[in-house]
Amino acid sequence: MARFLIRRTGFLLLTLLLTSLLIFGMTRLLPGDVARVILGREAGEAALEALREELGLNQPAPLQYLAWLADFVRGDWGESYSTRLPIREVVVERLGNSLMLAGLTLAMAVPLAVALGVLAGLREERPADQVISIGALAVVGLPEFVTGLVLIEIFAFRLRWLPANSSIAPGAGVLEALPQLVLPALTATLVLLAYIVRLTRAGVIEELRQDYVRTAALKGLAPHRVIVGHVLRNALLPTVTVIAISLGWLISGLIVVENVFNYPGLGRLLTFAIDRRDLPLLQAVAMITVLIFALANLAADLIYAALNPRIRLG
Amino acid sequence: MAVSVPEDGAILEIENLTVGYRTPAGWRDAVREVSLSARRGETVGVVGESGSGKSTLALAALRYLAEGGAVRAGRVRLRGVDVATLSPAALRRLWARDVRLVPQNPLAALNPAIRVGAQLAEAISAGPPTPAARALALELLERVRLADPQRVARAYPHELSGGMQQRVLLAMALHGDPALLVLDEPTTSLDVTTEAAILDLLEDLVAAPGGRAALMISHNLGVVARVCDRVAVLYAGELVEEAPAGALFATPLHPYTFALLESLPRPGSRHDTRPLRPIPGAIPRLDALPPACVFAPRCPLAVGRCRHERPPLEMPAVNRRVRCWRWRDMMAGALQSGPSPQGVQPAPVAPEPQETLLRVMGVTKHIPLRRSVADLLAGRPAQVIRAVDGVDLVVGRGRTLGVVGESGSGKTTLARCIVGLAERSDGSIQLLDMPLAPGIEERAPELLRRIQMVFQNPQEALNPFLTVGEALRRPLMRLAGLSREEAGRRAERLLDAVKLDPGFASRFPAQLSGGERQRVAIARAFAAAPDLVLLDESVSALDVSVQAAVLNLLSDLRRRDGTAYLLITHDVGVVRYLADDVAVIYLGQVQEEGPVDAVLAPPYHPYTEALLAAIPELPPARPGPRVRLEGEVPSPAAVPSGCRFHTRCPRFLGAVCVEQEPPYQDLGTGHRIRCHIPPDELLEMQSPTPSAPGIENQEPPHGHAVSASHRR
Repeated sequence: MARFLIRRTGFLLLTLLLTSLLIFGMTRLLPGDVARVILGREAGEAALEALREELGLNQPAPLQYLAWLADFVRGDWGESYSTRLPIREVVVERLGNSLMLAGLTLAMAVPLAVALGVLAGLREERPADQVISIGALAVVGLPEFVTGLVLIEIFAFRLRWLPANSSIAPGAGVLEALPQLVLPALTATLVLLAYIVRLTRAGVIEELRQDYVRTAALKGLAPHRVIVGHVLRNALLPTVTVIAISLGWLISGLIVVENVFNYPGLGRLLTFAIDRRDLPLLQAVAMITVLIFALANLAADLIYAALNPRIRLG
Repeated sequence: MAVSVPEDGAILEIENLTVGYRTPAGWRDAVREVSLSARRGETVGVVGESGSGKSTLALAALRYLAEGGAVRAGRVRLRGVDVATLSPAALRRLWARDVRLVPQNPLAALNPAIRVGAQLAEAISAGPPTPAARALALELLERVRLADPQRVARAYPHELSGGMQQRVLLAMALHGDPALLVLDEPTTSLDVTTEAAILDLLEDLVAAPGGRAALMISHNLGVVARVCDRVAVLYAGELVEEAPAGALFATPLHPYTFALLESLPRPGSRHDTRPLRPIPGAIPRLDALPPACVFAPRCPLAVGRCRHERPPLEMPAVNRRVRCWRWRDMMAGALQSGPSPQGVQPAPVAPEPQETLLRVMGVTKHIPLRRSVADLLAGRPAQVIRAVDGVDLVVGRGRTLGVVGESGSGKTTLARCIVGLAERSDGSIQLLDMPLAPGIEERAPELLRRIQMVFQNPQEALNPFLTVGEALRRPLMRLAGLSREEAGRRAERLLDAVKLDPGFASRFPAQLSGGERQRVAIARAFAAAPDLVLLDESVSALDVSVQAAVLNLLSDLRRRDGTAYLLITHDVGVVRYLADDVAVIYLGQVQEEGPVDAVLAPPYHPYTEALLAAIPELPPARPGPRVRLEGEVPSPAAVPSGCRFHTRCPRFLGAVCVEQEPPYQDLGTGHRIRCHIPPDELLEMQSPTPSAPGIENQEPPHGHAVSASHRR
């Protein structure tokens, strides 16, 4: 176990290093002059040169990379080119917002999807299953910007229950932001729902066919005990893994949802950085994204091993 | 219809039971009008091949039918109560207290994510495990003779061996005082030695004070003969015969029972002198049942009446029932066993000095285990799995060498080293004096053609996306260099050789039965006219009648082409039937080898002795002290010192066995035993009675010749 963790942490660091090289290389090799982007078309050559000097853009690329990496590791992520704000503070604040949204989405999606999936699996091929399975498929077919806009139309404009714009105030707590979180979280839930439902359903159907279910039933156990104590314990293993992996996407991959609702999370920060050719900001957001995905995968492996005694990590 | 009247003490009464499964095309009745009862203290066997309905009957007795299954007529009564009338709660009480199932595949029957002790305790309390139930669970584990119950209780199922898992399930079935045990092929997935130990345990526990009834489902006639008092034979969903076990095996009154016994390799049967007689045809499908007697299309005695009028279940004697128009003729000896050994001259078996085909010299397969960082730092050497440990073998041209041993003995690894699927770590292999490289990629196509292998599981060995014809054409084109048209013609001839219709060429493996698939696998192995075919448990998963057909097919092919076989199996009956020579292998090392008659007769290596004693043979061996192996095969990563068998040896001598590796003792004619005990002493220990095997008296048969073949 310890060995597994050490090895995985090593891989994680290696992944981050490679990603940083990739990101750095890509952003620097892209055509276009950063200084001109920042200062605009009318800027004079002298001003541009001064800015390049200030940003270290004149140095050889490897040196630039090493300097950037050293600063990044030390926690000095520099200033945003476009807003002149310290990047670290911005990223940390957006990360907090993203975590809030991801948390609420999971709190809504997981119980609902697992319940529907278990129900569908237990009622395989019967009406309840067909309604759930087809419904889930129908929802997953819709892109987020469609479901998001439909939800806004219904809940914000027609019913006037929830705000259409989710641009929460900086530093807002969960409770404060809750009304604005519901619609984006619901949109993300609809994306996850079908996936988890189908996986859970498949798991339940597969496990119900196993001999140990017969053993459990023939012990004279009540049906709910057979289902909860025996079937679900094994049937939910793949579901749990997928939920853990989807955490990465929920935290840093909700680009469309955040843009539809104007929600200040990491996804929107990423599009902002790309728009403005804000390289230091883009690098920082990309690194955080990779880190989150890697950690989510690691968590998935650990949870799977903890729940499944047949897996020995080492 | 004769229906047995429930006597006193009847615990299970199945009356006129018809069980069907709903299909889109209507009901398919897997069990039809079956009546059967089991009294207190009685073990009733139900035998039949795949598709006979025996498992459906077992589950119906528990009122636990699969989805879509239903009792369509008749009833099941447990201690006088019709189980169909029970409410769900009452049924659960019945399951919790009165009836138990010991299933076929113990690993699958245990929840992989829950510790064994908790699963057992849950059965005892029929709900969340109570502390009292947990304590009782430990007692039960001890009762099924598991050493160290504490450790077993804490283990997860996959951490236990198959035998230990089955003991756990037996413990689960025995708590409280169940009235009925349903044993559904309880030893089928186990090694013979483990099977013997479990059967011992079953005999003791089923007959334990209190007395309970047991219904034992099995395809293995030997197991049933050993354990059961009465036996019912099912065929295509119908009970065709029922009788006390001894009488059934001595004087079968239904032609199907007779034919089943005739397809079983037993002492005395031999591929060249007394071949098996497989049942022609196949078991009918439920949607195409014969109109009258279900066995008529395959029956050698069938007359017009058998095809038009369904025979009633008659009682030829007290305790006997048979559904056949011609049971009186059967009783008068209408069917005779195959020619007796005296009647046929043994075929001349290679009188001239044999040409050596395959020579295996010192072949070793060691698999190093990965060392942990801690081991590296402490300088501990890497552990090594000694799967195959210095094996010498010789297979003569056109001969058959049987390799027997328990699972974990290294037989399969040895075969994989010979074909090159596993790379040996030491030793050498020669085919006709040509050296064989360790890996299959390094071998010339010509050598690949000469050695072929048939695997245990034909389901997994055939590519599901290739038709049978394509599967057969490929080796012909690649290894024999034939054109596509030629290969197609040869493929047809191959199908003919394995007795499959040419129409099979266009079918996919999924459209074939298990026996048909194994024949295709054999045809494919023979496609490129090999010199040597390795058969890795290739017949062990087949029904007896199919197995008989495949064994005879192998014998025919051998006679026709002079192909040599390396026959890897745990089934000594099959070895005795087909092999010329035998090697007994334990923990990667040959313990005894020689001509089959010499190895399978005293003096034996103590391991061979124990293997043979474990086989439930027909007729059942006389009760008496049996040699049994203690415990499990040690891990090949920790091979015991000295004689590697000493930890389990029933003839253990003392320090010499622990300290010194025994040398081979040569008994002449190629028979060698690796043991410290001199052969004459072994012979003395192993022949308690002077009577030679072959003259064992039994209750007098009912005045006809049928039983002759069923005696030793």
